[in-house]
Amino acid sequence: MNRDWPLWEVFIRSRRGLSHGHVGSLHAPDAEMALRNARDLYTRRSEGVSIWVVPASEIVASSPDERDSFFDPAGDKVYRHPTFYDVPEGVQHL
Amino acid sequence: MSAALFDHVLGLADDALVSAQRMGWWISRAPELEEDVALANIGLDQLGQARTLLDYAGRVEGAGRGEDDLAYLRDDREFRNVWLVERPQTDFGVTVARLLVFAAYQSELYAALSRSTDATLAGVAGKAVKEVAYHLDHAARWVVRLGDGTDESHARMQAALEAEWPFVDELFTPADAGLVEQGIAADPAGLRPAVLDRVAAVVGEATLTLPEVAPAVGGGRRGLHTEHLGYLLAEMQHLARSHPGATW
Repeated sequence: MNRDWPLWEVFIRSRRGLSHGHVGSLHAPDAEMALRNARDLYTRRSEGVSIWVVPASEIVASSPDERDSFFDPAGDKVYRHPTFYDVPEGVQHL
Repeated sequence: MSAALFDHVLGLADDALVSAQRMGWWISRAPELEEDVALANIGLDQLGQARTLLDYAGRVEGAGRGEDDLAYLRDDREFRNVWLVERPQTDFGVTVARLLVFAAYQSELYAALSRSTDATLAGVAGKAVKEVAYHLDHAARWVVRLGDGTDESHARMQAALEAEWPFVDELFTPADAGLVEQGIAADPAGLRPAVLDRVAAVVGEATLTLPEVAPAVGGGRRGLHTEHLGYLLAEMQHLARSHPGATW
């Protein structure tokens, strides 16, 4: 029997308007305690206004073996970057 | 009147200070790393309350003593904390049972003190009331989890509750009548029903039974303590007394 508490990944939103970002992981026996442990471990210095906890086992990650086919093709597609526009003078929030 | 106020503020401060010191014992010893941090956070909240209160006590006394003088240079007979917080808590069940009682008491106490006619006490209490709400939540979740857990955790949680129960009564020692009359102090005796209601609700949910045991003699508010406080102070004060005035 595995007596260790399962692993959870923690995501914090630092303030309104931003999205949740991954900050680390922790152990907890269930979601309720994972949330409280996250509060104690990752928001001690006022880092956040909202917390998500996700069972690490539920996260599907891309495999390093697939890196070539996943990511390399985007490397030479410069036209996907918004760098071919002339910004009109005086426009501030583009 | 300032002597009575000094004594009263010391009582509030010493409860928090001694409890914080006991909480600190768990650092590196808690059953899980996450719980280690949780108990340390709680201890540090209490330490913060104690520091502000000791600083205020020093100003009330007007003898030039600061928070460090009061924390490190008083002997056990000059401490005004209750027996509940001064005894060792090396059993996790005892720790959460005690925190349940203490945080329930502090929740009601600080809620009442936040309406104190003394601006400093009202300010400290207004800030602390949010901190102790979290302490109460943390303790309650553990008491329910362990009480309503396995046969062994239930038995040990009940035993922990029995061990702490004789020391609950002292929390409600009446405060100085003059201070209560002026609206400066909250009379602890009046907090009893609300505190016990909070504890009873958690104990019920945890499928535990409220103990029926005779209260301990008590006397902490008059400077009479168990033998455990002396050892706690020896450890807590050793550095400051060995190197007077040291800073780092």
